[in-house]
Amino acid sequence: MDEAQIRDGVIAAIQAVAPELEPDALRRDRMLREQVDLDSMDWLNVIVGFHERFGVDIPEADYVKLTTLDAIVAYLAGRLP
Amino acid sequence: MPALGADMESGKVVEWLVQPGDRVKRGDVVAVVETHKGAIDVECFLEGVIDELVAIGEELPVGAVLARVRVAGESVAEAKSVPVDAAAPPSAVAPSPRATLAVPPAAAAATRSKVSPAARWRAAERGIDADALHGTGADGAVTLADVELAAARPQPAPAAPARVVRGGFDPVLMRQAIAAAMSRSKREIPHYYLAEPVPMRLALDWLRDANAQRPVTERLLPALLPLKAVALALHDFPELNGVHEGGDFRPSAAVHVGVAISLRAGGLIAPALHDVAAKPLDLLMRELADLVRRCRAGGLRSSELSDATVTVTNLGDQGVEAVFGVIYPPQVALVGFGRIAERPWIDSGVVAAMPALTATLCADHRVSDGHRGALFLTRLRELLQHPEAL
Repeated sequence: MDEAQIRDGVIAAIQAVAPELEPDALRRDRMLREQVDLDSMDWLNVIVGFHERFGVDIPEADYVKLTTLDAIVAYLAGRLP
Repeated sequence: MPALGADMESGKVVEWLVQPGDRVKRGDVVAVVETHKGAIDVECFLEGVIDELVAIGEELPVGAVLARVRVAGESVAEAKSVPVDAAAPPSAVAPSPRATLAVPPAAAAATRSKVSPAARWRAAERGIDADALHGTGADGAVTLADVELAAARPQPAPAAPARVVRGGFDPVLMRQAIAAAMSRSKREIPHYYLAEPVPMRLALDWLRDANAQRPVTERLLPALLPLKAVALALHDFPELNGVHEGGDFRPSAAVHVGVAISLRAGGLIAPALHDVAAKPLDLLMRELADLVRRCRAGGLRSSELSDATVTVTNLGDQGVEAVFGVIYPPQVALVGFGRIAERPWIDSGVVAAMPALTATLCADHRVSDGHRGALFLTRLRELLQHPEAL
């Protein structure tokens, strides 16, 4: 899976929780949760979405690494089997 | 027409999920009512046979008859004319400046596809495009049964892209409704406010260890612990849990916690999690996740909007230290939580960093006093020092 595919999957997982998200308006290098206004329940559902789409286990201690779209893509790329 | 919260004055049936002659029982979703909170699934509170239904699309005041249900042994002529759902009587509606509620723009109503929220939710869950299904319900509506049927059939591959689900409410109407309810609250309820810092190290450590054993799909949110603690603490403070109507306070044995959920498009809803004190954390977590999802995607039930006995608002996600709320009538108390953050904490003369949050109570002076409120917050703080018992 290349980086573009991972990015598409990440955006799809976010859109499943925040359908009004316009991917083009999303800044890749800015804090994601603030841009999309995700509360903690939304955020947990997004992480569950990553888990289901990519089959990677994301320990709670790693949540702090999932800051921006770029950071999330890099994190998932590093953990994909 | 059930009162789906103190801020609702009228609504209209946009869909019947039953027809005359159908047998219904308590808790069945029988209709979809369009309000300023979006489309709400209305539950029946009687057992019997549907005799007569009001027309779809007619704006009706709270308390109006929606359906006649013939209970066992009754003839047609005797059929009970009762509003569907045992919601608050219309007298509970305050003589207040009236906001025009629950009148969705005609265009929105016209484009709304005939899919019940329950069906739409199940369809989204199963990856089915509910709008593409053939409906067998009233007026061609796609019902839960249609979705289950479609789910049982092999799906043509590939599945259609997930439809963008909208919240289904009008932000302008919702703002008017919030304004009306909050104005009524501040006019009628003599609020008092208390705040108490709560050390959260034990709770967070316990939660971290618990979540480390759990797959991501079963992890608990920190916000869940204060929610459960509120419900347990209320057991000893009946004067904070119940409804104040017609000059009288009625305490509630069960604790139905209205959870304030903000909507990204603006506005908020505080639907009830039922019997919070009696449920284990795992179950509450699943129910809370489901409730938040249905707030966003539609499919809230009438009972969830009419029977909360207290409200909890958690603005910790937004990063504030404390929230001083406005009581949601006819309730008499609201508990607020700010964010959990490390603060300087003095213990035995030594300053150390401590994760803590500020719990606030705003309560109704007609029913309780600051002294009791203070004891409640103290009890709440104590409960959060024993997370394993929550």
